[in-house]
Amino acid sequence: MCGICGCGQPNGAVTISKIDLKRVNFGKVTPLQEVSPLGHHDHDHHHVHAPAAKQAPGKTVLQIEQDILGKNNLLAERNRGYFEAKNILALNLVSSPGSGKTALLERTLADLKGEIPCYVIEGDQQTSNDADRIAATGAEVVQINTGKGCHLEADMVNEALRQLKPTDGSLLFIENVGNLVCPAMFDLGEGARVVIISVTEGDDKPLKYPDMFHSSQLCIINKIDLLPYVNFSVEKAKEYAQRVSHITEFIEVSATTGQGMERWYEWLRKRRGA
Amino acid sequence: MARGLAPLLTSRTMHELSIISSIVQIAEAEVEKAGAQRVESIELDIGELAGIEFSALDFAWEVGVSQTVLESAERHIHRIGGEARCSECETVFDMQALYDPCPSCGSFFSEILKGKELSVKALTVT
Repeated sequence: MCGICGCGQPNGAVTISKIDLKRVNFGKVTPLQEVSPLGHHDHDHHHVHAPAAKQAPGKTVLQIEQDILGKNNLLAERNRGYFEAKNILALNLVSSPGSGKTALLERTLADLKGEIPCYVIEGDQQTSNDADRIAATGAEVVQINTGKGCHLEADMVNEALRQLKPTDGSLLFIENVGNLVCPAMFDLGEGARVVIISVTEGDDKPLKYPDMFHSSQLCIINKIDLLPYVNFSVEKAKEYAQRVSHITEFIEVSATTGQGMERWYEWLRKRRGA
Repeated sequence: MARGLAPLLTSRTMHELSIISSIVQIAEAEVEKAGAQRVESIELDIGELAGIEFSALDFAWEVGVSQTVLESAERHIHRIGGEARCSECETVFDMQALYDPCPSCGSFFSEILKGKELSVKALTVT
């Protein structure tokens, strides 16, 4: 599925690239290497363009009842089957930009190194800055640049997996594009969806963006070391999130100081064993 | 695609545009299967809890369907209101937002019965 099906878009709007640490050039926006363009017209159909000269006689009503997200959901299920067969726990990490997803991942990857094999798929509109930070921890990472797209879709993850080749029993973090709206609708085949909010945001985020909280199984509240300086009530945030989804669990952490991180690792270990 | 409009559209209404592009793919496949030329009208079922902003869908539609079989298609959207069943007292109630409490007992624990629909119901092709 392509983000924009208009015919004015050049090929390769979405790029997926394996990050090679040797090529990482910190501080600079490096042009992506080994780009595999997820061809804009790489569909299994032809675009039938607006009416040619001939007009078919009569009208036909087709009752099709087709799920609009059907193609994405089907591909997501294929990814899910792959994860199940290889006993991989895949997590879809969603949040607003700046909630500290990448910092949380950096710390997690460093702390779990040697214990659990970890892989990362990074989604951003532009640059490989986040993937470069992840690559610096030694973890295998693939960057998906969505171009104008504001969310990851199952086919992009599928393509990224072919490059990443995660091992059996590993942990895969999929860092979605920073956006609390659009990624909510697109299943990637993940085992669980984790929404991250930070205390520098409003504690009413769950009410403002209910779709995302409704579809998440875990809510991480990050940057709790800053609680003394901001007007954020952890209790209120939890209460609001529970109005939207009563199955959501909460873990409060500071990815900077490490506070609360052990509970997150316990959650990961438990999920992996499940 | 109207080039000048594209950046504005993609930054504001991208997932609706993505939804429109999926609708276009479904319509093109059906038109091809039926050996038709174009779509005269399309019927969509969209639930009010499906995560679609109706005004954004309207805004992006013209650009999203331009130069496709849906270019001049009439669009009929059946908006399906949200409905939920309270998990505590089993009351069935209209749900406008995912955080609406049960009007009888005030509980936030409920199961959505309607409002998540997102489908192409029918196409009239010629």
